[in-house]
Amino acid sequence: MRSIMGDYEETELRLGLPGAGGGGNEGETSRNNSGKRGFSETVDLKLNLNSNNSDGNQVEDMKQKNLIQASTDSAKPPSKTQVVGWPPVRSFRKNVLAVQKNATATDDKSGGSSTAFVKVSVDGAPYLRKVDLKMYQSYQQLYDALSKMFSSFTIGNCGSQGLKDFMNESKLIDLLNGSDCVPTYEDKDGDWMLVGDVPWEMFVDACKRLRIMKGSEAIGLAPRTIERCKNRC
Amino acid sequence: MAYSFPEEVLEYVFAFLSSDKDRNAVSLVCKSWYEIERWCRRRIFIGNCYAVSPQIVIRRFPKVRAVKIKGKPHFADFNLVPEGWGAYLYPWISAMARSYPWLEEIKLKRMVVTDESLELISKSFKNFKVLVLSSCEGFTTDGLASIAANCRNLRELDLRESEVEDLSGHWLSHFPDNFTSLVSLNMSCLGSEVSFSALERLVSRCPNLKTLRLNRAVPVEKLPSLLRRAPQLVEFGTGAYSAEIQTDIFSNLVEAFSGCKHLKSLSGFWDVVPAYLPAMYNVCSRITSLNLSYATVQSPDLVELISQCPNLKCLWVLDYIEDAGLKALSSYCKDLQELRVFPSDPYGAEPNVSLTEQGLVTVSAGCPKLQSVLYFCRQMSNAALIAIARNRPNFIRFRLCIIEPQAPDYLTLEPLDTGFGAIVENCKELRRLSLSGLLTDRVFEYIGTHAKKLEMLSIAFAGDSDLGLHHVLSGCESLRKLEIRDCPFGHKALLANAAKLETMRSLWMSSCSVSYGACKLLGQKMPRLNVEVIDERGSPNSRPETCPVEKLYVYRTVAGPRVDKPDFVWTMDEDAALRLS
Repeated sequence: MRSIMGDYEETELRLGLPGAGGGGNEGETSRNNSGKRGFSETVDLKLNLNSNNSDGNQVEDMKQKNLIQASTDSAKPPSKTQVVGWPPVRSFRKNVLAVQKNATATDDKSGGSSTAFVKVSVDGAPYLRKVDLKMYQSYQQLYDALSKMFSSFTIGNCGSQGLKDFMNESKLIDLLNGSDCVPTYEDKDGDWMLVGDVPWEMFVDACKRLRIMKGSEAIGLAPRTIERCKNRC
Repeated sequence: MAYSFPEEVLEYVFAFLSSDKDRNAVSLVCKSWYEIERWCRRRIFIGNCYAVSPQIVIRRFPKVRAVKIKGKPHFADFNLVPEGWGAYLYPWISAMARSYPWLEEIKLKRMVVTDESLELISKSFKNFKVLVLSSCEGFTTDGLASIAANCRNLRELDLRESEVEDLSGHWLSHFPDNFTSLVSLNMSCLGSEVSFSALERLVSRCPNLKTLRLNRAVPVEKLPSLLRRAPQLVEFGTGAYSAEIQTDIFSNLVEAFSGCKHLKSLSGFWDVVPAYLPAMYNVCSRITSLNLSYATVQSPDLVELISQCPNLKCLWVLDYIEDAGLKALSSYCKDLQELRVFPSDPYGAEPNVSLTEQGLVTVSAGCPKLQSVLYFCRQMSNAALIAIARNRPNFIRFRLCIIEPQAPDYLTLEPLDTGFGAIVENCKELRRLSLSGLLTDRVFEYIGTHAKKLEMLSIAFAGDSDLGLHHVLSGCESLRKLEIRDCPFGHKALLANAAKLETMRSLWMSSCSVSYGACKLLGQKMPRLNVEVIDERGSPNSRPETCPVEKLYVYRTVAGPRVDKPDFVWTMDEDAALRLS
């Protein structure tokens, strides 16, 4: 004799683990306590149309769990955001963190965002260019790129060799004393600095614009560098 | 009784009884004691605004000066209670306005408060002193303006964590120039900027100001000005704690903090720039309470700060503190009583910080006075829980949230039954427990057997069958509040333990398997309970009796069924059962 509850079984919303088929119809009740459940076992709502469970005992059926009210029966584990109110974090906390994340991203222009475009001016060139510092991982790469960019202009020894020479400190004094060009940059405080003193990442963070200067003008910028070179050479 | 004390003497004696429990006991002794007590009760606490009506309260206690009322169920904090459910303050205020002209204090939690209510409060109670709105909603800054303008003797205005519609910051300027009685102001939940000069003047003219919690809109460079005007402050909440690093701001802050010799509690710290934290080092040795739960600062900076606070009793922090930071905490802060660790990225799939069960184990070992914990993490093991339980048998509150629902012991892949079992077995004074992770009926057996002092239990995604619920309802003698979500509990345990529900404040069950038919039965059996079905799918009559209801809220009451129900709430009672069947 089918109970009244049994009449509705086919259409009843049941809670089921995927793959559980008729849902515990072997008469397992809470004896399955120690069952090790793999991580991959997912929980979601499954419309259980299987009327194998003949005793119609809701208690035995109801040992499975329901995570989301969505009517999906896919085996994909629901992502956390689908579960209402879980994890139990108050909304004002969620909002604060989200706002802070956004704030950090917009404030920290070079650190947070994925590009760091700065203007590049070369003394004597008719127009400026823009480079994305984040495209490069080192000073050398930057110099290579700048050389290529400005190779069409006659700017004396400020070709790729000139810039590469700059990296070589033993030539620095010659460069600075001579009319060779030197890359400089304006930092966050508005000061004009000699390129190359600080680690690359710090430079990317601080650099607001680049200017390739003539050597004689660049001398006053980083006297310590000249001292260092003098000491070493 | 031929001989008894004059009423005045009894009244005098009763005045020494502050706890409601004692007063309730006294009122049961005899009729005359009942009468005397009810006329001299000044403070009432209503744990569930629907358990009693304003009229009943006023009839019994005619001379009340302070009320504390709680409204929505706790799970409303996590959006499980639909909008418009209830907990309206207005009927209470309008009744009390007539009957309690000398009301001084109103403290509310999870109630819907309108500007109209606030205005009525401000105009009805001439000696009004204390307004605390904890996790409330429904009002705007206009309502606050009424309070500011009209409550001449206001001492406390505390808006903790309420949702306020922020029309403008102008409300603060409504405090009159001759208003000097403020002792506590907490506006940390507000968004908009108040007039800073009005705030400065307010702070200057209130010599008794002990608590000032600013909102995020007050920038760090303005803090020294306020601190200098209120060196007597005991509790202080900053606004946004960031600015371009400038040495003069920093040194002003250091000086201003140094002037506050009584500071014990610090909070705020939105948008923290770590370089500004050392400005507080001078006061850290006296600090007992630190709320860094908005401070997105990395562990080393947190440790640097915490290491200066040897007297810390209460710490709220984000999981940026990591296991390493908690280890430092356990070595520096031996007085620690309460720890709350909140998740910085609760919805991320992968852990973003190195915070595991180990942090909690370390703190439980190192902090002998630790009694209250709220801990969010991504992995847990039975071994860790057992260690924690053995380390710290003095836990009173233990709330663990493993972020992934039904996460097993990550070492053995077993359920966490034995771990939580150890907690309830060892911590004999445990009053509040929140469970998480993979749990079977066995954990409820442990809880029912051992958790005799447990008053509040929160369960999610746990258990196998009604047996689990039965263990809890039949075993937990002190249980007052039970909240359950997404568990396979049906009606059997509920119906078998129906009488238990009358000894509790409330029961919440959502996304479980309690059928509509069972709810009706429970409502019929238990006339002194309100059995409320919350279902946004429309009337439960449109579905079969066996269909589980979405949400069920059961509570004891002397006020009968609610009269202010929205259209998605149905009370199961005799009339309803007859009408609907």
